[in-house]
Amino acid sequence: MKIRVKFFAILRERAGTSVAIKELANGSTVADLWRELQKDYIKLDVPGIRLLYAVNQNYVSLDHVLKDQDEVVFIPPVSGG
Amino acid sequence: MFRVTHQPIDLQKLVDYVTDPEAGAIVTFIGTTRNNNEGRKVIALDYDGYPEMAEKELARIGADATKNWPICRMAILHRLGPVQIGEASVVIAVSSAHRDAAFAASRFAIEEIKKTVPIWKKEVFEGGEVWVGTQTGQPLPDR
Repeated sequence: MKIRVKFFAILRERAGTSVAIKELANGSTVADLWRELQKDYIKLDVPGIRLLYAVNQNYVSLDHVLKDQDEVVFIPPVSGG
Repeated sequence: MFRVTHQPIDLQKLVDYVTDPEAGAIVTFIGTTRNNNEGRKVIALDYDGYPEMAEKELARIGADATKNWPICRMAILHRLGPVQIGEASVVIAVSSAHRDAAFAASRFAIEEIKKTVPIWKKEVFEGGEVWVGTQTGQPLPDR
């Protein structure tokens, strides 16, 4: 299945891109996707920060099971306002 | 109205939006960009955001506020992109029959924005920059 990943803020800078398309095995979770992405973008992991996870614009947990064509965003600490 | 925008925010537009014949109060909150943070001189600010989800979260905050307090109307507009020092980065407007609800709902909204809305602020200092809350990025200069 194909998963569309968007990167923002510090993760966009670390990935060097705003968008990635990943091919994953059926049944893969958000955690699996994060592991795969770290192989493609070796600087992606930011030590000491806590990420949140969104699938199709809704917050989910790390063990959320992905579906084909899902849009996933890893959310570093927000700082709006 | 729960939106993000790359344009300067027109406060009157939000006030007009929440104006309601049932309302006896309108509260506005304006978050502005400050020229200093943690002892460092801030030169510029740049907001990044996940627009579709940010607007969804802002609308969720509005729905929660409506459940918690008897408010008439609410509007939130948040800037994305570069914001000049002293400009509004976020404006919240709330109307209610009596003032307590509008004050409480606006306070609730700004606190929630800082917790859950996928918007990120980059502060550019003299000699460095940082995504606020990540404590990484380019090294900061000595104070």
